Amino acid sequence: MTELQTYQYTPKDFKSDQEVRWCPGCGDHAVLNAVQKALSELGIPREKFVFISGIGCSSRFPYYMNTYGFHGIHGRASAIATGVKIANPELSVWQITGDGDALAIGGNHFIHAVRRNIDVNIILFNNEIYGLTKGQYSPTSEKGLVTKTSPFGTIEEPFSVGELVVGAKGRFFARTVDANVTLSTQIYIQAAKHKGTSVIEVLQNCVIFNDGIHDTVTNKDFRDDRTITLKHGEPMIFGKENDKGLILEGLKLKVVKIGENDITRKDILVHDASEPNPGLHYMLANMRYPNYPVALGVIRSVEGNTYDNDLTEQINNIRKDSKIKCLNDLLNSGSTWKVK
Amino acid sequence: MGKDTRVVSKEEVVIRFSGDSGDGMQLTGTLFSDTAALYGNDLTTFPDYPAEIRAPQGTVGGVSGFQVHLGHSEIETPGDYADVLVAMNPAAIKANAAMVKQGGTIIYDKDNFTEKNLEKAGYTGDPVAEEKLETYNIIAAPITSMVKEALKNFGLDPKSVLRTKNMFALGMVYWLFDRKLKYTEQFFDKKFAQKPEIAEANKVALRAGYYYAETIEALTPVIKIQPAQIAPGTYRNINGNTATAWGFLAAAEKAGMNIFIGSYPITPATGILEELAARKDLGVKSFQAEDEIAGICSALGASFAGNLAITTTSGPGLALKSEAIGLAVMAELPIVIVDVQRGGPSTGLPTKTEQADLLQALYGRNGESPVVVLAASTPADCFKYAYEAARIALEHMTPVILLTDGYLANGSEPWRIPDMKDIPDITPQFADTSEIPFHPYKRNCDTLARYWAIPGTPGLEHRIGGLEKTVKGTVSYLPDNHELMVNFRAEKVARVAAKIPEIKIVGEDSGDLLLAGWGGSRGYLITAVKELQNEGYKVSIVNFNYINPLPKNTESVFSRFKTIAVAELNLGQFASYLRSVFPGFRYEQINKVKGMPFTTVEIKEKCIKILEGN
Repeated sequence: MTELQTYQYTPKDFKSDQEVRWCPGCGDHAVLNAVQKALSELGIPREKFVFISGIGCSSRFPYYMNTYGFHGIHGRASAIATGVKIANPELSVWQITGDGDALAIGGNHFIHAVRRNIDVNIILFNNEIYGLTKGQYSPTSEKGLVTKTSPFGTIEEPFSVGELVVGAKGRFFARTVDANVTLSTQIYIQAAKHKGTSVIEVLQNCVIFNDGIHDTVTNKDFRDDRTITLKHGEPMIFGKENDKGLILEGLKLKVVKIGENDITRKDILVHDASEPNPGLHYMLANMRYPNYPVALGVIRSVEGNTYDNDLTEQINNIRKDSKIKCLNDLLNSGSTWKVK
Repeated sequence: MGKDTRVVSKEEVVIRFSGDSGDGMQLTGTLFSDTAALYGNDLTTFPDYPAEIRAPQGTVGGVSGFQVHLGHSEIETPGDYADVLVAMNPAAIKANAAMVKQGGTIIYDKDNFTEKNLEKAGYTGDPVAEEKLETYNIIAAPITSMVKEALKNFGLDPKSVLRTKNMFALGMVYWLFDRKLKYTEQFFDKKFAQKPEIAEANKVALRAGYYYAETIEALTPVIKIQPAQIAPGTYRNINGNTATAWGFLAAAEKAGMNIFIGSYPITPATGILEELAARKDLGVKSFQAEDEIAGICSALGASFAGNLAITTTSGPGLALKSEAIGLAVMAELPIVIVDVQRGGPSTGLPTKTEQADLLQALYGRNGESPVVVLAASTPADCFKYAYEAARIALEHMTPVILLTDGYLANGSEPWRIPDMKDIPDITPQFADTSEIPFHPYKRNCDTLARYWAIPGTPGLEHRIGGLEKTVKGTVSYLPDNHELMVNFRAEKVARVAAKIPEIKIVGEDSGDLLLAGWGGSRGYLITAVKELQNEGYKVSIVNFNYINPLPKNTESVFSRFKTIAVAELNLGQFASYLRSVFPGFRYEQINKVKGMPFTTVEIKEKCIKILEGN
């Protein structure tokens, strides 16, 4: 294996010469740092990375990456990324998108990319607001949120990203918090290694138009009790004192305290991210405070055929068997006649 | 099968097969065309079918037609009026009676002329009398009962028996035109290899029709058309959609590139996607997208990643793609957008033809957003212009819109198969890895095209997108930079004029009237002009395939004629474009928006009127 070249990078190698223009204090800065860190650890040559985005604050991301990048149009990043990956399956393709870009204007492309299981890593910055257009509600805004276009509160039910991914037959779903660079980096590395569409929801803070929207669960003072970081093969235990866990009661999840009501550690559910049946993943992804802790980490990661791989295989098989090897063969196939 | 001596030789003839959309008229017409082509006739076809797969049976709305024009000289159009009409039901007579030549032949299935069917077609009595067809050569054949009789021992269900009615009718037409049955018989042997009883039933029906026609002799005289005088070579029949798909394959091979098509099915463009999807043996990556926008956006992604990228659509889809075409203009990525035009606006007339998307193609985007626009003019030359569209896109780093139309897409004609070695190579402008740092908007001094850096190439990492950029690729809102880049993009497209052929005049180099057409109307215009020239009129014609930019000799050609008559299937879009580009000339318009091609007769009449007004 001497031919294997090792690629030694530091996060700095992935910084472009462009000045980062997000607002000071915006959660996007931390996401950028975590992605640059993850990429430097993947051992993939830099020229193989492609970042595709749509429109919105987060979609400026590709300009700040010293990789190939294509800043597209609103909502269409999934479609563009799909074309990039199909055209060259050797590339590591990343889509940067937001709750408006992916779930409102780009909802159709998003669900179909997930359904096809194209090997693209989708980082969805969810700040539950439209930032670039200065503060209108988004498809993930909590019902009742007062914004410039909902001055009396929204009357819409929000999407849950994980629910949508599972519903679209998604095989990889993870959730992280913008400021948690360590967890985010680990998740991005896992997403990159997963073959198929990976969706990572980042609970991201917009300091200007929706400041503190995720604070209820992400604030340092109580995040340990209000979130649970899931790890494959480990029991679902959380809390500042590591004394709370999740069990199944009937068909529902239930938060229990270890040591109370005869509950011991071995009663606690063990996380299996690779389980094809999405039932439990669906419930985990949908856990909301205050009834449950919000799940972080890789919630679902199930291997399966990818569109890009199946297409390449199909082409190779057909090429092997077909008599048509070049265009002259095709032009002269079927019914033809000669005129002298 | 001794034939009597009553044989008439004709130069050309138009035959129209017409029936209910379930009667198999498209297949019947296609089989007849194939036989005629193999016999050596030149021909052009025009399928004319309803938008509904199964419109109410027996109604005029459900009539499906297929017209073939064949002859022993060059055939440019599917023909105006039919010499022979095959009508499988009364509605087919209702829909087509006016399109049959005075005294022409009408073959119909008299078993189908029941009171109920007559009523559905809107007749109160005998259609022959109501349409005043008494002087025509009417052949009322009991087609339904004849096939029932011929196939009674086959043990087929009644539906399968009735499905062979079209072959009985075809057999009659073959006798009328003195054609052999063998090509059609071979077709059935191949198509129904797994169901020999169906193949046999169709062959029996075909022969029964042939012998029936011979027996009744009502069809005489037999019409003979000598093989056409056409250039030596190997030929095949090809329709516009297949030719378009193959033109892209030719371009990919000549550029040494992989090809990607991202499209969403839409009438009448779907055939291109279907043909390319079937060409995995040539490495085509075809992607049926979730919508029109995803079609073009996936293609743009593939273009960014270094493929020859294609997306295909029709008018409504072009509207949906317009924002992404703007992105292609801004990112300066090569992509070909095919618009197989149909009757509009909105859903319009999906299965009918029109040329009314021209202004949408030229201008239908926000901002200063120039693209190259080409138009094909015959089913077979869709191959050439698809290749040209790809060549220009790849060599000039620009989106190219290729306009065809429903009439070209589904129409077919014999095509002399080119040899790939005679088709020129295409040289995409890849970025040079020795020039690092790579500046994405640095341009070739000659064409002003930027250079194409493909992801995966070390050292050429760069970012592009829809925001305005500087030459180095930095986002910029500076006023002067924006104006500079807007001008660059416009000039880049304008300079394509140096790399396309000049427009050719058919007829005298100067004169009273120049008929100017574009795209798919060519055949009708040329036929009309040739007839006018024979009658002594000073009329010439140019037909444009390069719309933006226009060929560089356009102005000098126009300047040699008193009047330019612009003929097109819309209310005057090309005329208004020409007026804005070359305002100094006297323009007249010949327009039609009926979802149908021009007829030679109406072009001639309009030209004569214009000449008389001169």
